[in-house]
Amino acid sequence: MDRRRFLSAGGFSLTAAFLAACNVDRSPRAQRLLDIAEKRNEGVERSLFQHASMNSARNGAKMAGAAFPSYFISDNVPVWDESVRGPWTLEVSGLVQNPTKFTLEDLRKLPFRSQRVDHFCVEGWNAVAVWGGIRLSDIARAVGAKPDAGYVDFQSFDSGYHESWDIDSAMHPQTLVVIAMDGHLLGMAHGAPARIHSPIKLGYKNTKYLTKIVFLPTRNGGYWSDQGYEWYGGT
Amino acid sequence: MTARHHWIVRVTHWVNAIALTLMVGSGLRIFNAYPAFARKGEHFCCYPFEHKAIPDVLTFGGWLGGARHWHFAMMWVLVLNGLVYLTFIFLHGEWRDLVPRHGDPRDALAMIKFYLFVTKTHPHQGKHNTLQKETYFFLPILAVVQVLTGLAIWKPVQLGWLTALFGGYVWARYWHFMTMLALVVLSFAHIFMVFAVDPYSLRSMLTGGYREDLSPEARNARPFYHLFPRWRRRATEGE
Repeated sequence: MDRRRFLSAGGFSLTAAFLAACNVDRSPRAQRLLDIAEKRNEGVERSLFQHASMNSARNGAKMAGAAFPSYFISDNVPVWDESVRGPWTLEVSGLVQNPTKFTLEDLRKLPFRSQRVDHFCVEGWNAVAVWGGIRLSDIARAVGAKPDAGYVDFQSFDSGYHESWDIDSAMHPQTLVVIAMDGHLLGMAHGAPARIHSPIKLGYKNTKYLTKIVFLPTRNGGYWSDQGYEWYGGT
Repeated sequence: MTARHHWIVRVTHWVNAIALTLMVGSGLRIFNAYPAFARKGEHFCCYPFEHKAIPDVLTFGGWLGGARHWHFAMMWVLVLNGLVYLTFIFLHGEWRDLVPRHGDPRDALAMIKFYLFVTKTHPHQGKHNTLQKETYFFLPILAVVQVLTGLAIWKPVQLGWLTALFGGYVWARYWHFMTMLALVVLSFAHIFMVFAVDPYSLRSMLTGGYREDLSPEARNARPFYHLFPRWRRRATEGE
């Protein structure tokens, strides 16, 4: 084979390989392999996971303040209208000894924690805020979560938005039921009256406009997880 | 015809070429979800194209979630393939062709002079010329940095010590991007030089065979030579 034919054959095969690669991202066979990889990666992430690994925002980092992004899936900012729905409560149920409805007053009586941490969005940005609230592990102790609860589902009044977590991540000391942000009561854009926040999960796992915490024996997907983002989403 | 590349080197080379392409494409797709580095509420000093998206044709995976799945699957191919390659060249001795040696700066300078038409004859070389050798030595080091910065932004809490090592999440993400750029630039330089001075090496990376009588040294080959007018070519021909 002379040089010219050799080079053109090489060029054709490279082009063919390139075109093939352009289509693989939609093939079902590739999707199966990606699903296997996601399961494997979840295993790796779970084995790396430690309650002792804590996040704290870097010393020089500026607080995001008003630049802290917010979103909701409803058409308008979800607002808990007491005249229609009655007083807001946080219902903790499922695999627990004492299913309980917490009012905001009840939550304020539990030990209050404050942490200046990163918020990691799946999009790649991070933002710093001070979150104040109650450790989910304290709430789990208060209601007597059963040992066979391997998962927790965080549900909201934002058009059915929810995300379920593995119990290890939920019981991490930095996983809070947040009622305050940057020293003020949680604002409407950020999930008032209460939300989940933890630096150990990507932003979309942190349900806002919280209404229910359900301890479960199996996982229960989630709003973004069901649309193809990783279910585990740990940091 | 002499045997140049062991089949393990050839297979890992092409697996790497595909994996790296998909990693860069899916990485750029992920980057486009937030094509900037600044922490929210801050400015970032060192990237002039903040909030300018990468053209879609250069990305892979279709959407953020899809690209993340590709990125986190292909990373294992890249890492395992790289480990096979490095283990092989370590055990089989090929690493000796790539490690920097005393005298390399001098030889590299001689190559640069030749490519810039300062000297007429191709410096004497072994398997690779010195510039080429240093590139092949440097690429795996960049790859290791790329894997570490990648881990640092994948697990910024559970591997927080690693993230801190690179200056925190924002900087780790920046170094992941810049190392990618370095890998892409060196890869394109590599591909360009294959076609510009040593197209016969393509055969050695496919079948393993290489004709020493067609080596760049034997042909006194340098890039852009054929673009020169005939009289200038004659003037730069070797003895």
